[in-house]
Amino acid sequence: MNLTEEQIERYSRHILLQDIGGPGQEKILNAKVLIIGAGGLGAPIALYLAAAGVGHIGIIDGDVVDLSNLQRQVIHFTPDLGKAKVESAKEKMQAINPDVKVTTYKDLIMASNARDMIKDYDFIVDGTDNFATKFLINDACVLEGKPYSHGGILRFDGQTFTHIPGEGCYRCIFDGPPPKDLIPTCSQAGVLGAIAGILGTIQAAEVLKFITGAGDLLTNRLMIFDAKKMKFREAKFKKRDNCPVCGVNPTVTELEDIEQAACDLKDA
Amino acid sequence: MKLTINGEEKIIEKDTLTISTLLLAESVKMPEMVSVELNGEMVERDVFDTQEVKEGDALEFLYFMGGGQ
Repeated sequence: MNLTEEQIERYSRHILLQDIGGPGQEKILNAKVLIIGAGGLGAPIALYLAAAGVGHIGIIDGDVVDLSNLQRQVIHFTPDLGKAKVESAKEKMQAINPDVKVTTYKDLIMASNARDMIKDYDFIVDGTDNFATKFLINDACVLEGKPYSHGGILRFDGQTFTHIPGEGCYRCIFDGPPPKDLIPTCSQAGVLGAIAGILGTIQAAEVLKFITGAGDLLTNRLMIFDAKKMKFREAKFKKRDNCPVCGVNPTVTELEDIEQAACDLKDA
Repeated sequence: MKLTINGEEKIIEKDTLTISTLLLAESVKMPEMVSVELNGEMVERDVFDTQEVKEGDALEFLYFMGGGQ
């Protein structure tokens, strides 16, 4: 693949980076990334990955744009109210960068379709809003041997790590999802809009680092930030022999749906 | 004893502590939902009652954070 003159100009600030350069940009243009959720996290992830020129981006979300989304879901605009989030997202992504092929799935990711949905992508990004789906994505990625970025936000706080096959997974930190309604969701507890941007852009940076091989990923490290104090910390973890999904004798060997509350006002 | 919990120095007025008694002393809600890292290593839940915490230890209490939309 040879970069065109226009691509060299569009991606010049990447090409200038020693860790990326022309070959790194070509890898980005050839990459296939799946974003699950076109909401608070998915919005900055989709915008930055499209701008970066990720060649093929899949985006999954079953919802339509709601007024309460616009405080943080910066890919959706007021005139998009009522429109499918995946369509609204696709329009902005292609307006930023017509190089990018966007495949939309106006659907929910579930046990029955998760492995099929992720299998053709190089990297998966979790931008979902509930534990049932977060564990489902973790388990599907572990079972399919896919790398993925985990992200979670609440109030003024966020957490993220990057799973690489063979390294620690979400269940190495937390065994399984909490019982329904025990942990507050964003719709019950709130979230500062810009928190979604901070965390989503960290996730987008991890995707681009993974594709290009630049730097060290957030593997076996859970990054935690507290925006009230504006402090970032990290907790080290590792692949656990007794992990329910990636351990020596896994108890999770196939996917199952768990019913849970989602982080949306209309569900509260 | 002096501990660092989630990046903050704290004095806990106890001479002996385990992970479980520390979670209790810190009034952590739903301790069964919290994962704990001690000095850079995750602590298995089944040793929370026996794993001692000592002066100068650094801990992270890891809470579920499930938002995203």
